[in-house]
Amino acid sequence: MNVLKSAVLRPMRLLRVALPALLLVALAGCLGDSATYPQSTLFPKGDFAKMVDELFMTTVWWALAVFILVEGVLVYAIWKFRGRPGEAEPTQTHGNTMLEIVWTIIPAAILAFIAVPTVRTIWRTSEAPGRDALVVEVIGHQWWFEFRYPEYGIVTANELRVPLGRTIDLRLTTKDVIHSFWVPQFAGKRDMIARHTNHFWFTAADTGVFTGQCAEFCGTQHARMSFHVVSQDSAGFAAWVAGQKSPLVDSTMSRDSLYQAGKTAFMAAGCIGCHAMAGQPTGNLVDLVGPNLSHVGGRHFLVAGMLPNTDDNLARWLRDPNAVKEGSLMKLPRPLTEGEITALVHYLRAHR
Amino acid sequence: MSTAHETTGIKSWLTTVDHKRIGILYGGSAFLFFLIGGCEALLIRWQLRAPEQNFLTPEMYNQLFTMHGTSMIFLGIMPLSAMFFNYIIPLQIGARDVAFPRLNAFSFWTFLVGGLLLNVSFLFNAAPNAGWFGYANLTSKQYSPGLNTDFWVSGLQILGIASLAAAVNFTVTILNLRAKGMGMLRLPVFTWMSLITQILLLLSFPIITVALVMLMYDRFFGSSFFSPGGGGDPLLWQHLFWLFGHPEVYILIMPAFGIISEILPVFSRKPLFGYTAMVFSGCFIAFLGFGVWSHHMFAVGMGPVADSVFALMTMLIAVPTGVKVFNWIGTVWGGSLQMKTPMYFALGFIAMFIIGGLSGVMHAVAPADLQQTDSYFVVAHFHYVMFGGSIFSLVAGAYYWWPKMFGRMLSETLGKVHFWLMMIGFNLTFFPMHFLGLHGMPRRVYTYADGLGFNLSNLAATVGAFIIAASFAVFLWNIIKTWRGPANAPADPWNGATLEWSIPSPPQHFNFAELPVVEARDAWWHEKRKRGAPMPEPKHVAEDAVHMPNPSWWPLVTSTGIAIFFVGLLLGVSLPVILLGGATVLVGIYGWAFEPAFS
Repeated sequence: MNVLKSAVLRPMRLLRVALPALLLVALAGCLGDSATYPQSTLFPKGDFAKMVDELFMTTVWWALAVFILVEGVLVYAIWKFRGRPGEAEPTQTHGNTMLEIVWTIIPAAILAFIAVPTVRTIWRTSEAPGRDALVVEVIGHQWWFEFRYPEYGIVTANELRVPLGRTIDLRLTTKDVIHSFWVPQFAGKRDMIARHTNHFWFTAADTGVFTGQCAEFCGTQHARMSFHVVSQDSAGFAAWVAGQKSPLVDSTMSRDSLYQAGKTAFMAAGCIGCHAMAGQPTGNLVDLVGPNLSHVGGRHFLVAGMLPNTDDNLARWLRDPNAVKEGSLMKLPRPLTEGEITALVHYLRAHR
Repeated sequence: MSTAHETTGIKSWLTTVDHKRIGILYGGSAFLFFLIGGCEALLIRWQLRAPEQNFLTPEMYNQLFTMHGTSMIFLGIMPLSAMFFNYIIPLQIGARDVAFPRLNAFSFWTFLVGGLLLNVSFLFNAAPNAGWFGYANLTSKQYSPGLNTDFWVSGLQILGIASLAAAVNFTVTILNLRAKGMGMLRLPVFTWMSLITQILLLLSFPIITVALVMLMYDRFFGSSFFSPGGGGDPLLWQHLFWLFGHPEVYILIMPAFGIISEILPVFSRKPLFGYTAMVFSGCFIAFLGFGVWSHHMFAVGMGPVADSVFALMTMLIAVPTGVKVFNWIGTVWGGSLQMKTPMYFALGFIAMFIIGGLSGVMHAVAPADLQQTDSYFVVAHFHYVMFGGSIFSLVAGAYYWWPKMFGRMLSETLGKVHFWLMMIGFNLTFFPMHFLGLHGMPRRVYTYADGLGFNLSNLAATVGAFIIAASFAVFLWNIIKTWRGPANAPADPWNGATLEWSIPSPPQHFNFAELPVVEARDAWWHEKRKRGAPMPEPKHVAEDAVHMPNPSWWPLVTSTGIAIFFVGLLLGVSLPVILLGGATVLVGIYGWAFEPAFS
């Protein structure tokens, strides 16, 4: 109790421990790399995000300087002017006009150093991407992302494939409520609003699989509305485009009886009511309720970035979507039999 | 017929029009709502303590974070400030009550009704679940078919009535009931900041009222102000909401500025540094507060012109805010600091508010905000302002004015334990959230995936949240412990500067037996200096020496009518219930109008 009492009544001792501890926590937060923090804004992998990061770091240094100075003066004043018993009343100062003018001007000047690059970056990031940019239409749905490539006639879901070094010209909107497109390593956020088409762009400067996330609260499963951006060199991207445009699986597949059973089940179980699927009557339809499933087998993840794309995970999802993602709008017209599930998993994952 | 002023019993509380009792009613119920909001926060933190937890369902989580935000803002911080407006303003300006005592009672009962309506929604498993800023078109009937959003709209609408009535009341009170000689530049700074708050309320609440009426029409009568399907625009809601919402932020922080500006001089034993600059910077912040709403909307895509203007306007606010912080430090500088509990919290406020202010400037940097908005970075930022700012200050105010309100001194040791636990818990909870946001964690998610680097910071935040809870347990224990002790606080335990310290603790019903005459700023210090010797304890005078307004049932009746009206809406627009509510309001107002205020 005495220890507690002395700590409470002698705050400077506690501060001597608390302040370094706080700084240590702060430092720990800054360290690390994109492997530890794969969704971090602090390790930008594209031009847009790099511009933003530079601007942000400028602000951080100014803020840190102000923080250390002002908190330092405050702590010093608390220590220096601590009252002693029986002390006479201190000098009754009411203010100091000169001083007050100075501490109005100095923050204003510091802000100017932040404001100029801010406005410059606002205009740079608002420039329209060039004509040779790759247009991608992004459409938000509760709770998944749809991506359309008008240049290639490709429609996909929850996985945005981009070529390295080519600017992506995003046209964003939504089918239902407001969502927000966010791939922290490539760019900031841009909202997706019904009856508005928003513009945004980024250029990937690195290859790999990056995570994206809806950043505007959009209902029950907002948390599970993520997606991935797969950035590839131009050859890899061209191969992916070619693959997407050929609807056929290889001929051995199509003679496979399990594959055929899956194809039948897709129609019989009612999947076709909501999903476009190559080789089915819905193959060329757009604007269906659910994600386009042509080439779903080639995607890295299932269920809006939630589960790695494996047989087991797909089966789990088909067995009971609501158990995997509570509130999901995927409603099975009837429960699927285990046989149907096996066939559907085989069939869907065959389309790469 | 002063025997009508009963001082005990339920009836005396239900019919009271005494600003001090209404202040205590505000404080008690707001603190209860604050504790409920705190429990909601603990449930949220328990769910997020580790990745992929199933402690809460997504739906429960969404209800809890919506109610946490809504409660803390409208049922916690605002009415806790209202407690001090009620109790302290008339005492500081040397008045016997507010300008409209029955309207004051009406404000309180209407606030209580709104708060209860919002919270009973839990009993129907239909608590609001679309976030405290309820973005359209998620709030439309199509995407939110349940009663959740109806409860939210109705509750907020009722609370708006309460706030507007109170704002009118306090504006008139401060402008018209000041003691003789108390010119505007002799007004205590808490009262000044409260006046600015009332004007912000008067100007901004009509905006949210209109927006909520439009939303009610969309939901109850099938209009489509915000529904794109019917030609409406969901973006309209965001502009209306933030045009209210940003001034609302200053409604939450201005009273805090005022409280700090009272406590620092008293415990530094020297006057506030730069009084005039403090008053005018407050006015300037409030004025600019109406011109920055779109900084909540940089991700909306408003174009570079709007983004630049709103970014620069927002940065501009940092200048008068900086002036305030420097003047507070200037007040401490050269003083003789009396390190009592209120001073601990006041100094803690400055230290924490600086951090919130700096992260605020980071948000003003529009391109950087595209990364920070709707991430945990912004959660960290506004908790440094709302908790590190407002709550620290309200707690400071509670310790400072407790002896005045209840005639008892709170324990200093427990107060300091409360401070350190709250300080450590608060920083452990919210400091790591800056990094969570920068590392890409969006806000309002009921869970997060493993492997994103979010685990450690979330665990720290959860531990911190429970330490904050422990700090408030210490506060409660302090209250209970002191309550059992004798009510023997002196009239002026801290050597106060303002008039509330010139009268007994707690004050008598009529506050001042003789209305004071003010000759200088810091009027009570001035009086004490003039006398040159310690002031004697003020004497109690006979309770019937001064005629005070009669108690009245009518404010309660009118508020009840409002409650019935909105319950009628919630019952699927039940016309008989709505009419009953309307009739009750009319009866209430009629009775009120023809009841003599004085006997």
